[in-house]
Amino acid sequence: MTFSASVIGASGFTGGELLRLLDGHPQFEITQATSRKYSGRSVGYTHPNLRDLKLKYSSPEKLEPVDVLFVATPHGVSMSKIDAFSEASNVVVDLSADFRLKDPLKYDEYYDGHSCPELLEKAVYGLPEIHRDDLKSAKLIACGGCNSTVTILGLYPLFKSGLLTLEDIIVADIKVGSSEGGASRSTSSHHAIRSGIVRPYAPISHRHEAEIEQELGAKVAFTVHAVDMIRGAAATCHIFPTKQDLSKSLLWKAYLDSYGEEPFVRLLSGTGGNYRYPEPKVVAGTNNVEIAFEIDERNNRIVVFSAIDNMMKGSAGQAIHAANIAFGIDETIGLSHRSLHPTGAP
Amino acid sequence: MTNTTCAECGSEITISNDVESGEILDCDICGIELEVIGVDPIELSKAPELEEDWGE
Repeated sequence: MTFSASVIGASGFTGGELLRLLDGHPQFEITQATSRKYSGRSVGYTHPNLRDLKLKYSSPEKLEPVDVLFVATPHGVSMSKIDAFSEASNVVVDLSADFRLKDPLKYDEYYDGHSCPELLEKAVYGLPEIHRDDLKSAKLIACGGCNSTVTILGLYPLFKSGLLTLEDIIVADIKVGSSEGGASRSTSSHHAIRSGIVRPYAPISHRHEAEIEQELGAKVAFTVHAVDMIRGAAATCHIFPTKQDLSKSLLWKAYLDSYGEEPFVRLLSGTGGNYRYPEPKVVAGTNNVEIAFEIDERNNRIVVFSAIDNMMKGSAGQAIHAANIAFGIDETIGLSHRSLHPTGAP
Repeated sequence: MTNTTCAECGSEITISNDVESGEILDCDICGIELEVIGVDPIELSKAPELEEDWGE
C-alpha cells in the first residue's frame, strides 16, 4: 500500500531532505513539492541530488489532497496556514517550532506568540523514542528541533529511570553545523565569515530550551555553538547529580531500558577504534543518534555525549520516522541506509 | 556455549566453548572489545586501548 505525500516549503534544506527520503521510500509517493519562490522550476534547480526526479515546484496556494503533508516552512507559517493544510490532508507533519510547545505562554516567552493555541494540546511531539504510542493516532505531528533532539535523546533515560532529580544541575553544550540555519543567507553565514568558526551563537536563552524542558520536565542550562561543518549536531551534557553512588552499570541499565529496542539509537561504550564517542560525521546522512556517557567521580559529574545529523534525526528523518508510525507501516522503512565512511566534513 | 556478562554494560554474552585466552570479543550491545583473560572459568576484561596523547 502506498500513501500520497506533499512537501510544503520544499526548496529549503529540510524540504530537499524530505524529498530525498520520500523518493527512496517504497510506501510514500510524492504528489507535490511547493515553493513560492521557485514555482514552475524543477526541484533539481535547488537540489542537484534530485535532478532526475522530473518534479517541478508548484504554488503552495494550490494544494492537492494527499494522505500526508510535510511542512518545512519557517516558524510562524504553519500556525497561520494550518486550516488550509488540514483541509488538504488528514495528517500534517510540521518541521517548524509552531506546534512543539504545549504551553501557549512559552510562545510569548520564546517566539512571537501563537495564533491558534487551541491546537497545541492536539499536536504530538515527533520523537518516537518518547511518544511512539501517541504518534500512532497523531493527526498533527510537531517534529523536535535539531538541538533539542540531540539534547533530549542524550538525557531522557536518566530522567525516565529516576536517576536524575529536578534539583540536579545540567549544562548542555551543543555544536551545530551551518545547515541548521536553513537555505537563506545572512552576513554571518558568508563563507569568509563562517569558515573555521567555533561561535557561541546562543550562549543563553536559545529557543530550543523550552522544548527540552517540556520533554524532560527539568531545567537545562543550554548553550549552542556554530562550528565549521554543514550537517550535524553534537551535545555534551555535564550533569552534577545530587544522588550519590551512581555507577556505570546503573547508567547502562537506564539507557538500555529506554533504548534497547530502538532502531535508530546507537549506544557506544567509549572504547574501540578511532571513533570512540559520538561523532556527527559518523551519523551524517542517517537517522541514527549515537550516545555515550562517562562518570567523573573526582568531580561528581556525569558527562553524556550525543550526536545526530540535524537534517535527518533532527528534522526530515524524524518526520519520516514519525509518519511511518502514524501510518502503521514498518517504522524503519526508507531510513535504514548507512553513512559514508571514510568521508570529509559532513 | 557459555553465558557471561559484559564488563561494561552488563548485557549477556554467549561465548563458544573453544574460545582461547587472549581472544578479543565484541559486545553486541555496547560494542566494547573484551579480552578473554581466563577460560576455566571464562573471564573477560575490557581490552586495552591505545591512549591518545594529543595535547601533551
